[in-house]
Amino acid sequence: MIWESWSQFWEMGGYGLYVWGSVGVTAACMAIEVWQARLAHQKLLTQLHVEHKVHL
Amino acid sequence: MNIFRANFWFHYAGPQAFYGLAGRLWPWFAVLSAVLGVWGLWLGFMVAPADAQQGEGYRIIFVHVPASWMSMVIYLAMAFWSVMGLTFNTRLSGMMTRALAPTGAMFAFLSLWTGALWGKPMWGAWWVWDARLTSELILFFLYLGYIALTSAIDDERRGDRAGAMIAIVGAINVPIIYFSVKWWNTLHQGASVSLTKSPSMAQVMLWGMLLMALCFWFYTIALVLYRVRTTILQRESHTAWVQAIAQGAA
Repeated sequence: MIWESWSQFWEMGGYGLYVWGSVGVTAACMAIEVWQARLAHQKLLTQLHVEHKVHL
Repeated sequence: MNIFRANFWFHYAGPQAFYGLAGRLWPWFAVLSAVLGVWGLWLGFMVAPADAQQGEGYRIIFVHVPASWMSMVIYLAMAFWSVMGLTFNTRLSGMMTRALAPTGAMFAFLSLWTGALWGKPMWGAWWVWDARLTSELILFFLYLGYIALTSAIDDERRGDRAGAMIAIVGAINVPIIYFSVKWWNTLHQGASVSLTKSPSMAQVMLWGMLLMALCFWFYTIALVLYRVRTTILQRESHTAWVQAIAQGAA
């Protein structure tokens, strides 16, 4: 292990803001994208289900 | 199933067959992506030593380079599907191109964002009008242009064809981004990894970066396969097979 403590890890040798700002925004964007894709799929399935019932 | 026969490819170019195939494939790519991501982050943040010049700040590379690569690869994939669409007039091609665009735009944005956060401490500037940065910004605008144009045209198939033109013409920007650091005198450093010479990085840093790149690849494949299924259901909603699925859905 290259770190002696967690605080050293979060500090990133003084570059903490830049390193975690990059990693954090990347992770957040990916999480939001996945969540949006799931939401869109579920919404469409529900909508198609309702429309199908109307047709019957 | 013989992948060397044209029949195989034309079979899965049909929306119904591809819907099933994509549904079976995406979970595998998602799992692979997660495993490689954990492994890559472990190597990059727990094993790789600090850089001699940039200290710990260089670790931005583990998201910056993979995101930048994906922003270029996805655009080329969109151009590929657009050529297929215009050549064979397959319905799936336009849907694939559309499914790729938001993820490509996201990675182009992330490339610029992480680049700014890397540029500030190392160059002293968030942004410079350098050939590499400017051509990547143009790529981001090409994605936004594609999304705006295709969503503005009501007739889906016409929208697909109009979008295909942007995707194909805009693809010329991708080699410009890639070679910009060679062709012009840029502030941006040269390629970290190239096919013609051995990489200028320590082994463990290189492995961390390559694993993260593979993680982003599989993430993109999983998400695009998932997203294209939504589009297929939407466009084929008049067909009996989609109505059968809708009947079962809650």
